[in-house]
Amino acid sequence: MALLVIAEHDNAVLKPATLNTITAAQKIGGDIHVLVAGSNCKPVAEAAAQVAGVAKVLLADDAALAHPLAEALAPLLVGLARNYSHVLASATTTGKNVLPRLAALLDVAQISDICAVESADTFVRPIYAGNALATVQSKDAIKVITVRGTGFDAALASGGSAAIEAVSAAAATDLSSFVSAEITKSERPELTAARIIVSGGRGMASQENFKMLEELADKLGAAVGASRAAVDAGFAPNDLQVGQTGKIVAPELYVAVGISGAIQHLAGMKDSKVIVAINKDEEAPIFQVADYGLVADLFQAVPELSKAL
Amino acid sequence: MKVLVAVKRVIDYNVKIRVKSDQTGVETANVKMSMNPFDEIAVEEAVRLKEAGKAAEIVAVSMGPATCQETIRTALAMGADRGILVQTDDELQPLAVAKALKVLCEKEQPGLVILGKQAIDDDANQTGQMLAALMGWAQATFASKIVLEDGQALVTREIDGGLETIKVKLPAIVTTDLRLNEPRYASLPNIMKAKKKPIETVTPADLGVDAAPRLVTLKVSEPAKRQAGVKVADVAQLVDKLKNEAKVI
Ligand SMILES: Cc1cc2nc3c(=O)[nH]c(=O)nc-3n(C[C@H](O)[C@H](O)[C@H](O)COP(=O)(O)OP(=O)(O)OC[C@H]3O[C@@H](n4cnc5c(N)ncnc54)[C@H](O)[C@@H]3O)c2cc1C
Ligand SMILES: Cc1cc2nc3c(=O)[nH]c(=O)nc-3n(C[C@H](O)[C@H](O)[C@H](O)COP(=O)(O)OP(=O)(O)OC[C@H]3O[C@@H](n4cnc5c(N)ncnc54)[C@H](O)[C@@H]3O)c2cc1C
Repeated sequence: MALLVIAEHDNAVLKPATLNTITAAQKIGGDIHVLVAGSNCKPVAEAAAQVAGVAKVLLADDAALAHPLAEALAPLLVGLARNYSHVLASATTTGKNVLPRLAALLDVAQISDICAVESADTFVRPIYAGNALATVQSKDAIKVITVRGTGFDAALASGGSAAIEAVSAAAATDLSSFVSAEITKSERPELTAARIIVSGGRGMASQENFKMLEELADKLGAAVGASRAAVDAGFAPNDLQVGQTGKIVAPELYVAVGISGAIQHLAGMKDSKVIVAINKDEEAPIFQVADYGLVADLFQAVPELSKAL
Repeated sequence: MKVLVAVKRVIDYNVKIRVKSDQTGVETANVKMSMNPFDEIAVEEAVRLKEAGKAAEIVAVSMGPATCQETIRTALAMGADRGILVQTDDELQPLAVAKALKVLCEKEQPGLVILGKQAIDDDANQTGQMLAALMGWAQATFASKIVLEDGQALVTREIDGGLETIKVKLPAIVTTDLRLNEPRYASLPNIMKAKKKPIETVTPADLGVDAAPRLVTLKVSEPAKRQAGVKVADVAQLVDKLKNEAKVI
């Protein structure tokens, strides 16, 4: 049995989420092959070849794959998938975009966002914003799976020495094309990989006030996150949204500032190891999941906290 | 151009769901149901396209039990022109929904299909992408902005690193993200008018769709509950706890 893991990358660097997906593949068991599809992405293939537990790396290097468009990737994946029992990708916006297209082309169901492996055909996945866990069994010949990173430890990035084999991309399509991207630039750690996250909600009241959180984050070496209300109000960019319909995180420490603790927000952070809540309303639901709650005005507490560190 | 929107009936997002004690699913009896919030955004976008003169007709489709009529009526009250109910009491998984939508797309020939990026019950985030695959059409998922030009659409997408804009050839599939628009509330006169708009009812069998589930749910269980911790008196105590008790900083 062999499994195919689709690498997440930006043509230069292998994204850490792929390492968690490789661990999920190891739990299923079998030879693990990693597909690196992109343009001028050889360094990514070399990094993937060094990941512990990887048996082979397939490299599809083609200008048409410079951006991970589903229309360009799906034909390549369909061609490869028939050689595998399982195809896995991280449940990132790329994985979530591309894999269902593959599943439909193979006429199989997709198992979305698994957080545990019970056996080669049975998986656990959160439903209803993580308020229930469904154990599902797939009856399909090929299992197409997206993996929730917080459910699996990262595989070791070194120690492996897999062979790299070139595969050719499928014929180009004119269905879609890349126009532009506005990628948020930040020196801080990536939200889904950060050890500490400081998140702000509607209580922050303005975009300027988010600077206060950034200062605190920098003192802690943390990433900055936000609630939907804060993103909708324009206090923070969309890629910082934590929650059911944003990013799912599970850092060592999650500090929720001016966030009430709606179900949809909790869905994205309640597996954090330690949760701190700072909120002026002592009845706020966030306190029901917080290990340490501070009932205080954030405009006093946050600067004070930055100073105390 | 005709726009097709898919609207799913789900447990209202404000309801705190309860897992059934026999672990077969979640309690749905006497629970408030609503249109999936992402589908409200889909309907709103279609109505705005119609108001801007870019869409001629909006068809709202829902699949599930007879009560999905109400969800279609909501879409009609928001401004959709007519509805199609694919009625079944059986469980429908995304692949089956996509197959039924494919048959409807072949019949209705829409220029654009708008779906939610995910339904907030099963959180699958699949149906739109699957429909695009089955039709051989382009897909623009997680949309926060749609600009229609002749024969194509420029769609801005919410991605992990920020925003991305892609160009897709029409007909295409778009799935909505939260910041595409703010859906309107239907006015009372429009709710009354919606009662007279037509809804056609068909079954998966009428459409020739094999809707058999591919995934078997073995059990649905409750996740481990987090215990509330302690309240700290001030910032100094918080720092002390984080350093010496939790040892995370
Ligand atoms: C389909 C759908 C998907 C959603 N997805 C997500 C998601 O992925 N992520 C998400 O976060 N939400 C999501 N939501 C929204 C969610 O339901 C809540 O509306 C949102 O999380 C509220 O954000 P908030 O806690 O920042 O704001 P509020 O609920 O308004 O809370 C603000 C808090 O700040 C406190 N506060 C105010 N001023 C101060 C001060 N000076 N000092 C201290 N505390 C203060 C208040 O006491 C209050 O508790 C979704 C909703 C829907 C319908
Ligand atoms: C344990 C369990 C038991 C279940 N039992 C039943 C059952 O008995 N009966 C039942 O009907 N369902 C049942 N379901 C729900 C069913 O499995 C889901 O509807 C299905 O998996 C689709 O997933 P999704 O809606 O998350 O898809 P997503 O891909 O997240 O949906 C994306 C978008 O597709 C469109 N869409 C999806 N479904 C529909 C629809 N039905 N009508 C119109 N548009 C749609 C919407 O635009 C939606 O925003 C059950 C689910 C679970 C977990």
